[in-house]
Amino acid sequence: MPLAATLSSVPVVIDEEKCIAHKGCTVCVDVCPLDVLAIDMLKGKAFMKYDECWYCMPCETDCPTDAVRVSIPYLLR
Amino acid sequence: MKTVEWSVDILVVGGGTAGPMAAVKAKERNPQLKVMLLEKANVKRSGAISMGMDGLNNAVVPGFATPEQYVKEITTANDGVVNQATVYAYAQHSYRTIQELDRWGVKFEKDETGDYAMRKVHHIGTYVLPMPEGHHMKKVLYRQLKQKRVEVTNRVIATRVLLDENGAAAGVMGFDCRSGDFIVIRAKAVILCCGAAGRLGLPTSGYLFGTYENPTNAGDGYAMAYHAGAELENLECYQINPLIKDYNGPSCAYVTGPFGGYTANNKGERFIECDYWSGQMMMEFYNELQSGNGPVFLKMNHLAEETIATIENILHTNERPSRGRFHEGRGTDYREKMVEMHISEIGFCSGHSASGVWVNEKGETSVKGLYAAGDMAAVPHNYMLGAFTYGWFCGENAADYIAETYPAGAKPVIDQTQIDLERARVEAPLLRTDGLPPAQVEYKLRRLVNDYLQPPKVTRKMEIGLERIQQVRADMEHMVAGNPHELMRAMEVYHIADCAEMAARASLFRKESRWGLYHYRVDYPQRNDAEWFVHCHVRKGADGEMEHLKRAVEPYIVELDDTEKSAYDRLRVKREPAIA
Repeated sequence: MPLAATLSSVPVVIDEEKCIAHKGCTVCVDVCPLDVLAIDMLKGKAFMKYDECWYCMPCETDCPTDAVRVSIPYLLR
Repeated sequence: MKTVEWSVDILVVGGGTAGPMAAVKAKERNPQLKVMLLEKANVKRSGAISMGMDGLNNAVVPGFATPEQYVKEITTANDGVVNQATVYAYAQHSYRTIQELDRWGVKFEKDETGDYAMRKVHHIGTYVLPMPEGHHMKKVLYRQLKQKRVEVTNRVIATRVLLDENGAAAGVMGFDCRSGDFIVIRAKAVILCCGAAGRLGLPTSGYLFGTYENPTNAGDGYAMAYHAGAELENLECYQINPLIKDYNGPSCAYVTGPFGGYTANNKGERFIECDYWSGQMMMEFYNELQSGNGPVFLKMNHLAEETIATIENILHTNERPSRGRFHEGRGTDYREKMVEMHISEIGFCSGHSASGVWVNEKGETSVKGLYAAGDMAAVPHNYMLGAFTYGWFCGENAADYIAETYPAGAKPVIDQTQIDLERARVEAPLLRTDGLPPAQVEYKLRRLVNDYLQPPKVTRKMEIGLERIQQVRADMEHMVAGNPHELMRAMEVYHIADCAEMAARASLFRKESRWGLYHYRVDYPQRNDAEWFVHCHVRKGADGEMEHLKRAVEPYIVELDDTEKSAYDRLRVKREPAIA
């Protein structure tokens, strides 16, 4: 069966001004229990790649530059 | 897909609560052992307590409670069907576990004299010990893992237990969810600490990951133990919890209760005497929810400002800290509005309920060399402290088992065929270029669990549910994964399907109602002690099909009198009839 690319609004927002992934930081990616965050290699910034969030907050709490903000996923809000 | 092979003495699967304790205690028992802690996420922030915990729910502290009294409470809360030896072993060790955690640096609430500040939440005894600064729990555990030189491996998903030629556990197989490598880890003993089956039912929000449990806990441990030949117990005794509606996290009556908060109906009236989670309490909660007095709320708006500030400080920094953000978005201020509650999707979890892999008081499963602890091991109402305690038992006992079973140089003998078969099974979704995305298959499966398996349980509905689950099983052979992350989700769907089938079959087997809402069968509405005062076990039969066994309830260690036996049957608040 053919597959579609359906868009999804994701709850983890990265402030790219503050994110220091280009300096080698991967803290948010490392601590996520569901492994939904990734680093965009071209931009050198973290982003939420998969809409599979438990809104549990280690990414936000452990970020050294306060660049991560976890919202409540839209379906629950 | 590259194959990578490792060899250790003891392999602990799951780095949440029980797992780190098991690994540390195995190393303390014998520092020469090579102990690996395997984790599908990262042990720094994994498991049910990734953001810490706000308290101990079952602390047996001298001067406040005795192990015997605790055993009585848990026996009654489980309608008598309990292997008291497992609960008693926990209760006798409970205080020692607390003292160890205290030494490691966990901060418990203490009164002005330095005693633990115990609170009463249960129906009979006093077992709740708050940890207002419990958000540091994972850091404390991580420090111990480093000090004791436990080898930590993150981002590896275990899919099956390896068995030796005698059917004893001899390691696990799985894959790396980043590199996609197939991983074979040989071990002399395996301790499964894989958490609850938290992705069984679908939350009412429809969001696959908006579960009560940490959704990484997809029932992996239940499925792996089943396929290894272990017996599972009480799977018909589901976990169903009263939660903040839509947010689906605890609201949390154990914290707010001692401050004066309580569960109320739409009139703001208290309708249950005790907010401790049990099947009987959930039945009253469900009845109120369905009645004209519904829905149900957590009421705090009668409390003083400083009390509410204290509650907010605990609830919005611990366990599920995004609670505060959720309430803010809905405009719910504890000072003004009551918090709307609902019941959770169904799951398996012995931490709160009783559904798990059968273990004895040493943490041994029915498979040699295979141990289980934490939410997935059937020691009823075991909570976080029970996970730590049974992790401790498993670590020490597994180290002793190895010393007895494998003299110097001896190793388990493993047939290569099972490795080849598992590798082919795991790799299949990556090799397909066309087919079904795992998320869609998971959604359908879990929606069927809601439609057909959640209580009130109806025989014909569960039979249809089973047929439909089998149809989805056929669909699973067409799942496609574009990368190792999607492969992780695909393999989790297999675990979820195994759990769904076990939930249906176990519920059909027990032809009575027991444990309040957890096993409320509409066509067998009464409790039937003459035929069903037994443990019901599920295991994989010789023909590969699920089989059921009745096991007699072990003789009690602590006898209960009639008042104690029925304490949980009288939870509804009695009201004086209104004067006309």
